[in-house]
Amino acid sequence: MENKYLKDDIIRSSGVNPKKCMKCGKCTATCPSFDEMEYHPHQFVYMVESGDIEPLLESESLYKCLSCFACVDRCPRGVEPAKLVEAVKLSVIRQKNSNRLKADDVVKYLDEDIPQQAIVSAFRKYSK
Amino acid sequence: MKVSYFPGCTLKNKAKELDKYSYLCAEKLGVTLEEIEEWQCCGGVFSTAKDEIASKLSSVRALKAAKSKEQPLITVCSGCHNVIKQTNYVMQNDKEFADKVNKYMAEEEAYNGEAEVYNYLELLRDVVGFDKVKEAVTNPLGGKKIAAYYGCLLLRPNSVMKMDDPENPKIMEDLISAMGAEPVIYANRNECCGGYIALEDPKAAEKRSNDIIRNAKAMGAEMIITACPLCKYNLVKNGADIPVVYFTELLAEALGVKEEKDGE
Repeated sequence: MENKYLKDDIIRSSGVNPKKCMKCGKCTATCPSFDEMEYHPHQFVYMVESGDIEPLLESESLYKCLSCFACVDRCPRGVEPAKLVEAVKLSVIRQKNSNRLKADDVVKYLDEDIPQQAIVSAFRKYSK
Repeated sequence: MKVSYFPGCTLKNKAKELDKYSYLCAEKLGVTLEEIEEWQCCGGVFSTAKDEIASKLSSVRALKAAKSKEQPLITVCSGCHNVIKQTNYVMQNDKEFADKVNKYMAEEEAYNGEAEVYNYLELLRDVVGFDKVKEAVTNPLGGKKIAAYYGCLLLRPNSVMKMDDPENPKIMEDLISAMGAEPVIYANRNECCGGYIALEDPKAAEKRSNDIIRNAKAMGAEMIITACPLCKYNLVKNGADIPVVYFTELLAEALGVKEEKDGE
């Protein structure tokens, strides 16, 4: 997908207006996955806004969001960065053969106690 | 009083205690949980994307089932609660989205968010009342210091969940007090345990979970209670050296319905 359409598509799918961001960094400061991310929540916001989306598509950061909604609730401007992360990630895994998690791979992650909730949630986040 | 009940996938498998004690406690408190028929897994996580439609249909069907019986829909698991409540919210407030969903289900009656969704904790607070819970306690917990672990899904996003103050909640602490124990307040009680990242990046979940356990213990907790099977898994897996139990199991103990049924 061309970059121009990709940006429009991500903004439409997420419902986020990245222009509302005042770059305070609170989303990143409160993100429990901060240490695991190459691009942090505030960077998703300005990179989508500026159309610099390609690096995000390739980044492991897409799969580090925990859907905890901390950045959504604590943003003083109501930007809701997690919704952008979700839309960028969907633009990747919706492409053919782009699933992050495949059914055959799940077995190696399982242990005796792991709840079904972990498995269905990971599939919802990592695969289409 | 009868209510519709959505147990969810994990409560029928790894979290059977959460399910079983939900029934027993409700019964003791005068509420009958009626499991909705042919429910389907909620999917565990709510996708915020406006063009993710099919993945929300199982929640819509659960909501429709409750609507048709004119009952509120009760969830226990934090994951199910978050997904179903957020789905109900978009069905109420995003007409374009609701229209697409209803076209998917064109042969069924249209749904526009008419059902009400309560977590079991809200059932205890708002329908039964914590004063009534307290009256029903036959086995008070003797001032035990208990930390409520909310995690993320019960409280956020607050504009939708509306359960409690998302930064200073007290619904679980009030339940702890009603059971005759002493609630422990600690900073990490509404921070994420790592959730499903435990599957492919367990080290990341370990860091998050350890922060929570350490913080709760530093504030004097002798036990942690939770509503979420995945929170419980992460805390226990990552070496919690104090018990981590489902709140319904502890409530069953306080209400005196645990031992007698377990002895059967």
